[in-house]
Amino acid sequence: MEGNSKLSQFQPVKSIFEINREERMAPGHRACAGCGPMIAVRQILQSLDVKPVVISATGCVEVTTSTYPDSAWLVPWAHVAFENSAAVASGVEAAMHALKVRGELKEERPVIALAGDGGTFDIGLQALSGALERGHRMLYVCYDNEAYMNTGIQRSSATPFGAWTTTSPVGKEWPGKAEIKKDIMGIVVAHGTPYAATASISHWKDLMTKVRKAVSQNGPTFLHVYAPCNRGWRFEPKDTVEVAKRAVETRFFPLYEVENGRYRVTVPVAKPRPLEDFLSLQGRFSHLLKPENSETLKELKGIVEERWSKINAAASVQAQV
Amino acid sequence: MAQFESVQTRKSLLTGDEAVAHAVRQSNVDLVAAYPITPQTIIVERIADFAASGAFTGQFVPVESEHSAMSACIGGALAGARAFTATASQGLALMHEMLYAASGLRLPISMAIANRALNSPLNIHNDHTDVMGSIDSGWIQLFAENAEEAYDRVIQSFRIAEAVNLPVAVNLDGFTLTHSTEPVEMLSDEAVRGFVGRPPKRDSLMDEAPKSFGLMSLPDSYQFFKEDQSRATTGSGVTISQVEGEYAKLSGRDHGPLKIFGSGSKVMMVMLGSYAGTARTTARQMKNGGEQVGVISLGWLRPFPERQFLDALEGVETLMIMDRSVSYGAPAGPLASDVMSLLYRYGIKRKVIAVTYGLGGRGFLEEDAMKLFRYAEKSGPSFESFFFYGGE
Repeated sequence: MEGNSKLSQFQPVKSIFEINREERMAPGHRACAGCGPMIAVRQILQSLDVKPVVISATGCVEVTTSTYPDSAWLVPWAHVAFENSAAVASGVEAAMHALKVRGELKEERPVIALAGDGGTFDIGLQALSGALERGHRMLYVCYDNEAYMNTGIQRSSATPFGAWTTTSPVGKEWPGKAEIKKDIMGIVVAHGTPYAATASISHWKDLMTKVRKAVSQNGPTFLHVYAPCNRGWRFEPKDTVEVAKRAVETRFFPLYEVENGRYRVTVPVAKPRPLEDFLSLQGRFSHLLKPENSETLKELKGIVEERWSKINAAASVQAQV
Repeated sequence: MAQFESVQTRKSLLTGDEAVAHAVRQSNVDLVAAYPITPQTIIVERIADFAASGAFTGQFVPVESEHSAMSACIGGALAGARAFTATASQGLALMHEMLYAASGLRLPISMAIANRALNSPLNIHNDHTDVMGSIDSGWIQLFAENAEEAYDRVIQSFRIAEAVNLPVAVNLDGFTLTHSTEPVEMLSDEAVRGFVGRPPKRDSLMDEAPKSFGLMSLPDSYQFFKEDQSRATTGSGVTISQVEGEYAKLSGRDHGPLKIFGSGSKVMMVMLGSYAGTARTTARQMKNGGEQVGVISLGWLRPFPERQFLDALEGVETLMIMDRSVSYGAPAGPLASDVMSLLYRYGIKRKVIAVTYGLGGRGFLEEDAMKLFRYAEKSGPSFESFFFYGGE
């Protein structure tokens, strides 16, 4: 993929005046007030001038935007099932190619597969892996709200260590979720995917630039978007963006990109805020701030620092080469 | 369609799988997304060969599972492409969820099912337990008795699917048909291309005005969609017959909803798939000896050809219904249950013997057919009417 001339075509988003001002998500959809994923979707769709085809996995974004006979989507959109958005998008991409070859389609549209963390980290992982390996030109977006929110806050493999969910409750024997969050970026990068990045709804210029960069690639790309859920994480709807921002500023959710295997931290955090600034806004972590759980909190801080160091080490080693 | 008449044909020796692959190659298919499974493998291997040599001009997507195979076909069909896949057994079971999605979205997708038994115990050989598990998934289900019929029905499936907005499956018995070499009279590429044409324009993801597909439906609307879909499936027989008739002008072959041998015989054996030939040969011999036996071989199972089936019952006293699958704990096998409910609905009384046989590749020879015909002929008032045959 190196030397792809398409790369030069993308323009970073430097100000609000450089984005597409046309709304692609109609008002009146049924998402909760302060929904992080819907902010992510709006930013993604308005990054682009052309209208992409969006394939949604089953989940919050899907059910809240598409109750018959209404649809909030102002771009071509389809939902098929929970675990297969990458496979459906593969079919769309291949079909566009076939129709173009036959002279029946003028222009191929960008294809975006959109799934939550459950549809990506867990049940949709196989379909995602297959699509990445086959090299379909598509952007796969995972909006990560760190649990199965649509079914009522059950833990996923994206749920962070120590977090309360309805299936990782806090009790004498359990500290909340006992396992650490799956490294989905590592898995995607291991496929040799030309472009993969993390993004947060709080850092919209970074997010929108990454969408443009991803769509300009001639191959599969991946965007892991941090999208807080106030219902599941137990915070005030007004704080959605603030929570996302603090996740970045505490190094809890590092913002970086991996382009043809090269790591780059796009939002360096030289002086991180204390992790408590992020945790204290959220009911799902409230038990961690109690003295009896200080060991669990320490363990979580260790996980966060280790993740940060690993990404930064990968970035700096490659910067020296 | 006069221009289709008396087209050039070519007699080839092909396995059922190869015949299906040729039908796909000739049918202007845009997308094949498939995953290999015995005994379907040769279909995807041949299509891959055709793609490699340039003879297949669509996109070949070698997916990582059958679930993704059907998902990709759904995506392709949503984009307006003509999509095909093939599977069998475990693969059909794995894509089960997506079968309902394809039909519920009213997408014209074609599929070949190389019928094979379901695990457990693991068995790669032929029966109909795979398709019977999916029989209520909203697909038109056609059955082939031989490789040539599989070829014909796959070509027809594209036209049928696109005319009635429903997915179509063509069933061919694993190994018995998929791996046996038979003479197949193929039509010329031009004739098939002319017959299938290009998919008619439909709402798609490629439309200039953005459209949404696959919405969530609440209790106020869901049943309306299902009723509509049910009516479309039941009513699709008219279109299937039209397409078959048009194809017959081209090829001289009209397979129809069912094939009757020994019309009006006292005993009729009702069959699905390749074993019908064995029953027919046996019936012919017995008929020559003066016995009143015949065979009804169903080419369509969904939609069930109700009228044509009832018409075939004139003069028939006993129906011996041959199921190659089990509906555990049910009053009879799935085919027998279908027939019995049809008879009851129309208030038609016939003696019914439901036989389950040929599971996991268990053979069915002329002597077996004869034994069963004789049993049906002699069955008195206390005869056993639902049993397994050939498992001893």
